[in-house]
Amino acid sequence: MAFFLEALIGGLMAGMLYSLIALGFVLIYKASGVFNFAQGAMVLFAALAMARFSEWIPQWLGFDNKILANVLAFAAAAVCMMIVAWAMERWVLGKLVNQEGITLLMATLGASYFLDGSGQMIFGSDIYKIDVGMPKDPVFLLESVFQGGVLVNKEDVYAALIAAALVAALALFFQKTSTGRALRAVADDHQAAQSIGIPLNRIWIIVWSVAGLVALVAGIIWGSKLGVQFSLQLVALKALPVVILGGLTSVPGAIIGGLIIGVGEKLSEIYIGPYMGGGIEIWFAYVMALLFLLVRPQGLFGEKIIDRV
Amino acid sequence: MSGKKIGEVILDVQNISLRFGGVKALTDISFNVREHEIRAIIGPNGAGKSSMLNCINGVYQPQEGAITFKGQTFHHMNSRQVAEMGVARTFQNLALFKGMSVVDNIMTGRNLKMKSNIFQQALRFGAAQREESEQRLFVERIIDFLEIQPYRKTAVGKMPYGLQKRVDLGRALAMEPTVLLLDEPMAGMNVEEKQDMSRFILDVNDEFGTTIVLIEHDMGVVMDISDRVVVLDYGKKIGDGTPDEVRNNEDVISAYLGTTH
Repeated sequence: MAFFLEALIGGLMAGMLYSLIALGFVLIYKASGVFNFAQGAMVLFAALAMARFSEWIPQWLGFDNKILANVLAFAAAAVCMMIVAWAMERWVLGKLVNQEGITLLMATLGASYFLDGSGQMIFGSDIYKIDVGMPKDPVFLLESVFQGGVLVNKEDVYAALIAAALVAALALFFQKTSTGRALRAVADDHQAAQSIGIPLNRIWIIVWSVAGLVALVAGIIWGSKLGVQFSLQLVALKALPVVILGGLTSVPGAIIGGLIIGVGEKLSEIYIGPYMGGGIEIWFAYVMALLFLLVRPQGLFGEKIIDRV
Repeated sequence: MSGKKIGEVILDVQNISLRFGGVKALTDISFNVREHEIRAIIGPNGAGKSSMLNCINGVYQPQEGAITFKGQTFHHMNSRQVAEMGVARTFQNLALFKGMSVVDNIMTGRNLKMKSNIFQQALRFGAAQREESEQRLFVERIIDFLEIQPYRKTAVGKMPYGLQKRVDLGRALAMEPTVLLLDEPMAGMNVEEKQDMSRFILDVNDEFGTTIVLIEHDMGVVMDISDRVVVLDYGKKIGDGTPDEVRNNEDVISAYLGTTH
């Protein structure tokens, strides 16, 4: 039982982190109606900026305080992500108003390579570390209930809490503010949104900035776990089954989808894995997503697409 | 339509020409719209009616000509500018925010009236909270006016087509426009729905004094509700005047009425 709980909690924590990445996809899809292929590259770019600025800023300003360095580096990296958002609107999306989804998709694919290259050009292509003082030591919970208790990684707990707070804030922003409503309007129909005076370019800059910030937080958390390197952008691939499961248009869907995938991965590895020679964690998420597509193509919380014929 | 006060020219379209590559969509079109009137643009399919509306609305930029609105002359306008000056529109092929509720759809029309900034909204304090409920009140009045109260919380995509057209109108009305552009508000409706829609259009015109520019295919409706009619054919203007004048215009009869009646 304790072992099961341990695996469950581990899965939930990992799932929360998948959610965080999936959230980036959902945000941009909701506001620009485009599946942003560059999300993974944005995570890498943000993490690179964070890692390098936390080295550079103390050197430039000549101080030696790790907390201050991290705070300033976060601010600098956030500014970088806003510049990326602005550039994206100015030179890519702004030129493609009212175009087909596939055109926008290809544009983000291009942007992804561009961010990849420019990120490594500006910040270097070695493996860097992000150290934001996340505690690495494990703790034991419920020792009175189970023998030996349940082992939980403190870092994972913090990361999950940060992710949860971010997600709650974003859900509130989307559902309750008039800017959030304008964002949803833009996602549904560019032309109609323009006709009622919603400034498309400003909305896009806002939403790409928000997605950039989400990428930054995800990049910091994943980066401090795995190190900042090229492969970091592949974590975005982990988010694909999450958005399929949760629905591309739903913020809560990204969360629940992430948790299901996280838990599903861990439990399947432990309970089904041994029968299949192990290592199924890597692909199990995709199989789950595939099965889901057959039953509910719009995802758990996605909007059902009804086309009038 | 007796007793209605028709005012000065509010919108003046001068020599508009619009080309898409080699295709001439509009050639040298001029007409004006007076305050408080219902002005119809009619013509066979492909005559350039929607293109004309899109020029006024700032979606298309005509190569030649100018549009004078409330005394200001523009050669190029963009949609947002036009919206800010008080021109609202509806769409021929519904362009509603399908995933959002009726209330939210119409609320988006209040976007330009919202003054609080994004941080106030996020934290929901003071001004933002009050503003939201004020705007909400206005939206509820529109919902009552259009008789769609039971659908308030329904996602628009799930509503019957005729009612979706009303939501489209509602969103435009939420902008409190001085000029309302309606692109085939009755397309695809049955007789009953058309009557309802005609009544709403007349009421808007009557109660709020909103100037209305209207594209419509149903000749009966056009002749019934409009004050003056512009007739387009192959991107050229072939008639302009009261419904009676237009009905008796030889060019119009041969180009349009002649083929349908």
